[in-house]
Amino acid sequence: MSSDKPGLVEMTWDPITRIVGSLGIHTKIDWAQKRVVECYSTSSIFRGYSVFMKGKDPRDAHFITSRICGICGDNHATCSVYAQNMAYGVRPPHLAEWIINLGEAAEFMFDHNIFQENLVGVDYCEKMVRETNPGVLDLANRTEAPHAGEHGYRTIGDIMRSLNPLEGEFYREALQVSRHAREMFCLMEGRHVHPSTLYPGGVGTVATMQLFTDYLTRLMRYVEFMKKVVPMHDDLFDFVYTALPGYEEVGRRRVLLACWGGLNDPEHCDFTYRNMATWGRKMFITPGIVVDGKLVTTDLVDINLGMRILLGSSFYDDWEGMDRFVTHDELGNPVDARHPWNQHTIPKPGKRDFGDKYSWTMSPRWFDGTDHLPLDTGGGPLARLWTTALAGLVQTDYVKSTGHSVQITLPRTMTKPETTFEWRIPRWSNAIERNRARTYFQAYTAAMALHFSERALAEVRGGRTDTWSEFTVPDDAFSVGFTEAVRGGLSHHMVIKDGRIANYQPYPPTPWNASVRDSFGTPGPFEDAVQNTPIFEENSQENFKGIDIMRAIRSFDPCMPCGVHMTVGAGKTLTRIHTPHAFSGES
Amino acid sequence: MTRAEQEPGDRPQAPVDPEPVVHVLWLNGGLGCDGESVALTAATQPSIEEIVLGGLPGLPRIAMHWPFLDFECGPDSGADSFIEWWHKADRGELDPFVLVVEGSVPDETNKTEGYWCGFGTDPGTGQPVTTSEWLDRLAPKATAVLAVGTCAGYGGIHAMAGNPTGAMGVPDYLGWDWKSKDGIPIVVVPGCPVQPDNLSETILHLLYQVAGRAPAIDLDEALRPRWLFETTVHEGCDRAGYYEQDEFAERHGSPKCLVKLGCWGQVVKCNVPKRGWINGIGGCPNVGGICIACTMPGFPDKFMPFMEHPAGGNTPAPVRAVSGTAIRVLREIRVAR
Repeated sequence: MSSDKPGLVEMTWDPITRIVGSLGIHTKIDWAQKRVVECYSTSSIFRGYSVFMKGKDPRDAHFITSRICGICGDNHATCSVYAQNMAYGVRPPHLAEWIINLGEAAEFMFDHNIFQENLVGVDYCEKMVRETNPGVLDLANRTEAPHAGEHGYRTIGDIMRSLNPLEGEFYREALQVSRHAREMFCLMEGRHVHPSTLYPGGVGTVATMQLFTDYLTRLMRYVEFMKKVVPMHDDLFDFVYTALPGYEEVGRRRVLLACWGGLNDPEHCDFTYRNMATWGRKMFITPGIVVDGKLVTTDLVDINLGMRILLGSSFYDDWEGMDRFVTHDELGNPVDARHPWNQHTIPKPGKRDFGDKYSWTMSPRWFDGTDHLPLDTGGGPLARLWTTALAGLVQTDYVKSTGHSVQITLPRTMTKPETTFEWRIPRWSNAIERNRARTYFQAYTAAMALHFSERALAEVRGGRTDTWSEFTVPDDAFSVGFTEAVRGGLSHHMVIKDGRIANYQPYPPTPWNASVRDSFGTPGPFEDAVQNTPIFEENSQENFKGIDIMRAIRSFDPCMPCGVHMTVGAGKTLTRIHTPHAFSGES
Repeated sequence: MTRAEQEPGDRPQAPVDPEPVVHVLWLNGGLGCDGESVALTAATQPSIEEIVLGGLPGLPRIAMHWPFLDFECGPDSGADSFIEWWHKADRGELDPFVLVVEGSVPDETNKTEGYWCGFGTDPGTGQPVTTSEWLDRLAPKATAVLAVGTCAGYGGIHAMAGNPTGAMGVPDYLGWDWKSKDGIPIVVVPGCPVQPDNLSETILHLLYQVAGRAPAIDLDEALRPRWLFETTVHEGCDRAGYYEQDEFAERHGSPKCLVKLGCWGQVVKCNVPKRGWINGIGGCPNVGGICIACTMPGFPDKFMPFMEHPAGGNTPAPVRAVSGTAIRVLREIRVAR
């Protein structure tokens, strides 16, 4: 194994900043080859939602699960409401579904914007590039931005300066935009990030002309903003490939993408499991799994039944041999013992040992009949655009899937003409393409929100202002909610017994992305992506920041409350694999 | 963040500046969700950039060490290591500093080994440094301790019945009578999440207080800033007129009073309906969302199930039923003219 070669340096980043929650990344770097050879991702926080939700009233589930995450909690509330709707057999009025779609679209617009510009953007800002790759900054200052006419920054260096924390003009503008997008969100869902107006059966939002007018005026300002941002980020990311040949390898891994679909069409979605494959394909983000460029399925039932929760490196006791809550789904298909419906969460805190157990995250995998695939979400947008592009199912006035791309048309705004952007399937699943997809997906949701606004206004103008449907809680039921959280596929699996929650298992995107080595020894996506990352940073070992590793990790938009923990510096030269340090567990 | 660069001695090339810097150390390693960090970026009265860049008169220069937005991201013990600020504070090299705690504190003694939550890696052992250990190390050295969100304040959602971690609030952990070395009690800004401007306003007051420009922060019995938490939700709710008239929503989506659908606003101390959520927009019962009491010490156990009438179906309304009807009749007469 290469790790006992001389020149191998152990480095840790813990906690990683500019993400959500506490993530530690522990690496071994081959300094001579400038390459990361081993990576362990660790989460050091356990709260135990699946434990303390047992025995509670199922109607409390969306209020509680929202608190899983402080940046995407509304995605959990929404997903929980979907799962409750299935369990209670209730279908909300169409207007309620349009209101939820408008709220969730605003969440995408807020979250991708703040993460892209104020968290990831700093990795590409003038100050960071000056401190890590001064040669690249010189080139950036001499490189004219191809789309300067659209965004107003003459050189790539100017774009980088505008991203400098706080002093940068665009950095501050993006912060403001994140606030206006949250206003849009609050119009529909009451408050951010934990909604107040979401309920099973619909929403409490009072649907008036004012509500939709207040949203639409803010939305059009965001649409105008995106006409600047998409070309600006294309210029920046295209420049990185040119300035640093080979940068496509940073954060690259096999194309193994998961998208659970999102933004329901109320004309089709009846929340029954029986019809889930059909209404799933009518979602405004197409669910699907892409393996090596091929769309394996768009069927939510297939997606559901293939889910497996593996252990191997996590602080839990196995539930092998314990009671199964669900042996067969409603269609008669057998449900595996390792499926979330049958999971028992048995925390077992222990010392962190990178040769054994080292994280509070588990290892969700998708079983394709042969292999337990360590799917990732590409931070969310990459998988969403990829599946939607391949499936060819989404056809609206503003967004169209072509089978190989997604066309996004933004109408005329106050000072800018109609503009069409086309996201084409990229050659790689890597850090840069995850970031690029994030920007395009902001435009995608803004365009979709226009469609939702029109449909909601049609309901109000037609006098159909009811937003809630009555329901009763059954004594026994099991159900699932699927949606796209900001960072990717999110599922909530619920089992009700005697009118109370018997089992509740939320699986957000980060547990997939930040998952750890499973019982087969397969590393999780962060680990896998970083293990292949070459180092382009110009610094010596003493001044090394690990910016390329940070860019690889942040491209996934980690969110540890939803799912998880890296270490270099002057570092420590290893002379053998088992040193008395974190990696060996011998300390 | 930015102003940290200007700290004397931090970077040799920076010009020497005699004005002292107040460090803000933000510990998000509790049992939490980072919702308070995210909420702070939504504040506009004042905004975080106005605080950090010194956009208000009389603010001391601050250096914010905040995982959510921090520029620094270097490796442990290496260039621009973020965690190094915590080690500096522990060694007594940062003074003054305000310790912000986000998330509840687990009981690390309720198991035989391992950790419920940690923040950073101990260079000596290679194991995580637990959040409670950071509190043990840093609280005695801090000028003030600010517990943000209901988790850090009172335990919150993660202290729900049946939880495995023994979660509690910072005052439960340090003691409700705890005072900093400068005599400042723990300051709690509750909320799940905290209302953005409530948090930025409290930070502003504490900074003015540290700078000697404001009196000691006025706190109530639950350590909340009194001016923000002295009234109830109901007192600030624009649906209270419906309550008075005995008009209650029977279904969600109705503009009337939500008490029969589960709203706890009458007994909950919180200013959200009055203040709005962001720039005056949004809220809870004022916009159709039942108050689930997320700012309160008993949250959530004492308020569940959320979607049921708080008084078990008995809305106390003997006086209102008469006067409410009479007022409605009078109003209709006036309209008829």
